[in-house]
Amino acid sequence: MGIFDYFRQPRQKSASVAKERLQIIVARERAARSGPDYLPAMQQELLQVIRKYVQVDDDAVQMNVDREGDCEVLELNITLPDDKE
Amino acid sequence: MARIVVITSGKGGVGKTTTSAAIATGLALRGHKTAVIDFDVGLRNLDLIMGCERRVVYDFVNVINGDANLKQALIRDKRVDNLFILPASQTRDKDALSQEGVERVLNELSEDFDFIVCDSPAGIERGALMAAYFADEAIVVTNPEVSSVRDSDRILGILASKTRKVEQGGDPIPGRLLLTRYAPERVERGEMLSIEDVGEILAIDLLGVIPESQAVLNASNAGQPVVLDEESDAGQAYQDAVARFLGEERPLRFVDVPKKGFFGRLFKG
Ligand SMILES: Nc1ncnc2c1ncn2[C@@H]1O[C@H](COP(=O)(O)OP(=O)(O)OP(=O)(O)O)[C@@H](O)[C@H]1O
Ligand SMILES: [Mg+2]
Repeated sequence: MGIFDYFRQPRQKSASVAKERLQIIVARERAARSGPDYLPAMQQELLQVIRKYVQVDDDAVQMNVDREGDCEVLELNITLPDDKE
Repeated sequence: MARIVVITSGKGGVGKTTTSAAIATGLALRGHKTAVIDFDVGLRNLDLIMGCERRVVYDFVNVINGDANLKQALIRDKRVDNLFILPASQTRDKDALSQEGVERVLNELSEDFDFIVCDSPAGIERGALMAAYFADEAIVVTNPEVSSVRDSDRILGILASKTRKVEQGGDPIPGRLLLTRYAPERVERGEMLSIEDVGEILAIDLLGVIPESQAVLNASNAGQPVVLDEESDAGQAYQDAVARFLGEERPLRFVDVPKKGFFGRLFKG
């Protein structure tokens, strides 16, 4: 797809793109707010540790704290690069 | 006891001051004794929107510091009975709004006002936190645009944790959404987030929708709160919002693209 095709795409897209992006970021920020204070620092450190072994993107580590009854579950998601070069 | 309502948004320039002026004026028009306070220390603007900039003698910080009493600082509106303005200070001292000072002024106002409307500055710093801290409820002003919606959500997070009510072990204060600068044509073309989109993301009750309107600029040029422009779309939309705020039911207006006129209908395509 060339650059002109991009601009020729139906306009309808921009509001729904906006909505999708917002849904993701707002959910992430809410999770960060409700989680423990050490979460952001821990996330950064984990990122550094992982980078000792494999080069990953800044947003490769996603953390989420869920409450299940009395239990707090820390969900950790690490996205590794898909193609090995 | 007054009901204290904070007009807040996180993001700057979305219409908080316009809304504070309109809601406060609307409440006073309906006979409620209302004070509207500018919390934007250093960037006083509510006075201009209310058209009383030349009558400012003392300000909020003067009252906090005891340089003036409330009676001296409150500006009585010349058009609408029961409406008073407390202007912001132009000081550069960010700590001028001490929590004890703000509390004292709000307590004193509470004694003989029905409503206190707090016009919050943008951001999440002291002025904004102080405007929200003592509130009983919040109106979150949001534009249908990504950064405004995201910031509104952050403000909702602050409202959920950093108010006196919550710190004293109470429930978070209720916050309602006022979606402003809404352009139905652009929503219909898919260029702008719709009421439903924003509502779905923020998940709070909707107080109203104010259309993007030339009347707002006209009103601020003249120093007349737009709600006094009874013919205008924005003025009427603010009237509806005030009515809902007071518990009345009002259908949403100005949220659809105007129907085609007679000829449009004749040749409907
Ligand atoms: N419904 C509307 N239609 C058109 N213009 C609007 C509308 N609401 C606000 N505006 C314009 O947007 C600008 C910002 O409005 P306003 O000063 O009320 O925002 P604010 O949130 O108080 O800004 P700040 O964060 O700087 O305090 C002004 O120029 C105002 O005229
Ligand atoms: Mg303002």
